[in-house]
Amino acid sequence: MAGNESGMATRPLAIEARGLVKRFDGFTAVDGVDLTVGEGAIYGILGPNGAGKTTTLRMLLGIIDPDEGMRRILGAERPHDVAHTIGYLPEERGLYPSMKAYEAIAFIGALRGLPLAEGRRRGKALLEEHGLGYAIDRQIRQLSKGMAQQVQLLGTLVHEPRLVVFDEPFSGLDAINQGKLEVMIRALAAKGTTVIFSTHVIAHAERLCDEVAIIAGGKVPFAGPVDVARDRIRPQVRLETRVQDGLWRKALPADARHEGNYWLFSLPESGVEPLLRALIEGEAGILSLSIERAGLHDAFVHIAGEAAARALEETQAEELAR
Amino acid sequence: MSGRLSTWQAAFVIARRDFVAILWSRSFIFFLLGPLFPVLVGGFAGGIGQRVQAAADRPVLGVAMQAADVSALRAAYDALAPRVGAALPEMTVLKQLEPGEAFDAEAALAAKQANAAAIVTGTLAAPKLTGTAERIAEWQGPVSMLAAQALGRAPKDYPAVSLAAMASSTAQEHHGQIMTAQAGQLLLFLLTMLLAGMVLSNLVEEKGNKIIEILAAAIPMDAVFLGKLFAMLAVSFVGIAVWASAYGGFALVAGNAMPMLPEPAVGWPTFIALGIAYFAMAYLLIGSLFLAIGSMASTVREVQTLSMPASFAQIVFFMLAAFAVSAPGSLYEWIAIAVPFSSPYAMLARAAQSPLLWPHLAAFAWQALCVALLIRGGARLFRTRVMKSGGAGNRGKKRGLFARLSAKPVRAAI
Repeated sequence: MAGNESGMATRPLAIEARGLVKRFDGFTAVDGVDLTVGEGAIYGILGPNGAGKTTTLRMLLGIIDPDEGMRRILGAERPHDVAHTIGYLPEERGLYPSMKAYEAIAFIGALRGLPLAEGRRRGKALLEEHGLGYAIDRQIRQLSKGMAQQVQLLGTLVHEPRLVVFDEPFSGLDAINQGKLEVMIRALAAKGTTVIFSTHVIAHAERLCDEVAIIAGGKVPFAGPVDVARDRIRPQVRLETRVQDGLWRKALPADARHEGNYWLFSLPESGVEPLLRALIEGEAGILSLSIERAGLHDAFVHIAGEAAARALEETQAEELAR
Repeated sequence: MSGRLSTWQAAFVIARRDFVAILWSRSFIFFLLGPLFPVLVGGFAGGIGQRVQAAADRPVLGVAMQAADVSALRAAYDALAPRVGAALPEMTVLKQLEPGEAFDAEAALAAKQANAAAIVTGTLAAPKLTGTAERIAEWQGPVSMLAAQALGRAPKDYPAVSLAAMASSTAQEHHGQIMTAQAGQLLLFLLTMLLAGMVLSNLVEEKGNKIIEILAAAIPMDAVFLGKLFAMLAVSFVGIAVWASAYGGFALVAGNAMPMLPEPAVGWPTFIALGIAYFAMAYLLIGSLFLAIGSMASTVREVQTLSMPASFAQIVFFMLAAFAVSAPGSLYEWIAIAVPFSSPYAMLARAAQSPLLWPHLAAFAWQALCVALLIRGGARLFRTRVMKSGGAGNRGKKRGLFARLSAKPVRAAI
């Protein structure tokens, strides 16, 4: 189990979990998960379906109890003690069909300790603010699935929580609404709200997150800043030379391979300068040279393994098919 | 700003939502009309029964004697009927015989002549009664008395009996209190089962709407359960108020025609107050059990599978308490009082039969403790064994509700 490789250790912690274990009928769904999330961070839990993302979030929120391990949420060991400062959007969205949109928001707020009258006022204001003013008095059953999803999202935020937990928030949203949600998440973080979300879409995590936890088979092989994950793989060098052979070839690492006109290899530990010097002094005749930093996808494959990466791709394909 | 909710405040949020939602739902109309159906069915069945009974021919005593004997027998019947009343069977003359004429009573009975159940033949001095063994054993005395009266051997003067009517006797009072106890128990049982079923379907609907996870994340499951139970209890009180008003209205219109139960030992006001309290307890007990079941089940079929044995068990508990009514102070009654699910019924019956009030306080404390334990247990079951998701929910060798029930106990490290 990799420890947390956070570069933000100085921040006060919004979430701290050590050795979380959850078993269902003999199957270990979560197997010793460690997480530390700094306050104000955007934190992603990245993994395919069945990796243990939802179970981990449910344990953090106190919906279910872990079999082993400890969790501390906003300083409290019992998550329900700080429930009024947390917002949660579950993966399986649901609202009372007969409730009006603003009342649904107010009800979710009331569950978090917001007075009902204030919740109703804020509910109406939030719906107006997000272009859903026309739906204020509509019952949930009269709204489209996407609109109902937005109402629930607004309900998650109506009490102005310090910590927002989203379980697969992008699931079921079209591209436009996914973009809107990304903007909303960034805005929340800008206000100092901690956002933790689970996803199986690497691009969302890569674009949004300060830190990620990669989860596969109930274990977390990596947890830390996105850059640290990407740095697990050496940058890839793509070199095109006029001269095909010479002494400069000795400067290339052993894994360098020749494809077409290009040499492809990982940037040596010694860095780019010694390489450049060797190429120039060896009169390689550099036509082009690019150094590409590894993406989160490559990092995921490197950290979680090919099988987990395939599962992640299958999950995405399943969702696209839906 | 939002603030931390206590368990009771959180329960109130749930109860308020559920109460309003149920009150404005169509199912509440059916709930209000619910008691009307047994009354209508009972009334209908009773009416039919009465008609059938009225239409059925009553067995009569056939007479086949010589004319003089028949006349004397008729006069004797008219003289005795006002004093003896229903003990005298209705009498009909089948044939006035000529002197020396014989009459085959067995053949007449076989021919079902005039619906006669037995036939008296012979003479007044030596009457012969023919019929089935039970019937002739029953009518032997009346026939003998009629013959004696007809022969002039009966007393000529009957002393007048002065009457001193009492409202009730000890035996009648005891019998009445048992009736009140049984009626109270039955009402309690029907109401409880009706409500428990509603709270169960409410929870299943909630799981169907996928709201339950939002609730469970925001407030403790104990508060969710409490809120749901008390919302339904409040709904039931509205229903009871409506039913009581309707009954009161009918009573005003119908006056003395309304059936009245004998007064219970603790008096009507206390009995009604205790009845309401025991109804609340009986409902909370079975409701919390049903909620625990409902929280584990994910489909209506699963709910039915598990709630059916619980419903049958509840009938058994009710029968235990009903049996204990006739044996106050017996071991059966103590068992019925001690078992939480039969305790409210048994104690309500006790209120009808015994004026002591302190045992009710002890019973309330015991029942409230059981409710608290059931709610806590159900919530714990939910937190530890329910809410599987994704692969977690699909991978175990055993699946479904029974796998959940048979899962090993959880070591809670938090």
